[in-house]
Amino acid sequence: MLLRYRGSEGMLAWAFHRISGVAIWAFILLHVLDIWLVGANPELYDEVLVVYASPIGRVGETLLGAALLYHALNGLRIIIMDFWPATTRWHRQLWYACWILFFVVGVPVALQIMAPAFDLEPPFGTRELVQ
Amino acid sequence: MSARVAPSGRGRPQSGGFELAVWYLMRLTGLGLFVLALAHYLITHFIYDPAIQDADWVTARWSSLTWRTLDWLMLTFVVFHAFMGMRTVVQDSTKGGLRTVLTMLLYLLAIALWVLGTIVLVTLPTRTG
Repeated sequence: MLLRYRGSEGMLAWAFHRISGVAIWAFILLHVLDIWLVGANPELYDEVLVVYASPIGRVGETLLGAALLYHALNGLRIIIMDFWPATTRWHRQLWYACWILFFVVGVPVALQIMAPAFDLEPPFGTRELVQ
Repeated sequence: MSARVAPSGRGRPQSGGFELAVWYLMRLTGLGLFVLALAHYLITHFIYDPAIQDADWVTARWSSLTWRTLDWLMLTFVVFHAFMGMRTVVQDSTKGGLRTVLTMLLYLLAIALWVLGTIVLVTLPTRTG
């Protein structure tokens, strides 16, 4: 449906913003609850963590990161147009700029997250939390 | 194109009052989350691998009052932003009694989630030794 849609980029920008927003909202429900477990039931939290670190969990985290990054960049685009209305004239170009940043920032992060799922060394190295 | 048109955002409410305040706060919390949430994601997924972030790791991170404060600010911003965003979705897709019920459910869930998050942020003991 989206591929055949001949409307403006603004409509697609809106649809993606809404879909990514609802997805992030759903994750926030899960994430506040799992962090609550750190205090309430740390052993159960550690079990949940195994799911997050699994290959399927990593796919989910990458998708979450994509939703987050798109929502953040397009949200910034909305704010720019809200407070500098003259830039609305360039809303398509701003949206394309969002996508350029999305891939420039997103691809290295996705590689870093997904590498362990393929038993590969993360391209940007690993770090332990030093106390 | 008219300057009033925002091709993907919600137009600034002309009514003022509560709706206008929410409109501004969505943008303010959005800017805050641009920094806080993206930094949080980069720290917990790019810099550190999720596999090492067990309860001890979170506790060690929260031995810093700065991190607790920033994470609480992020919690507050994200609960407001996410639930007010869902409220907009509900307002766009429902009306009448259903809209009222769903909006109230969202508010209750938002408060419950914010309280749970605040409890763990405030009460988690700092690791000793």
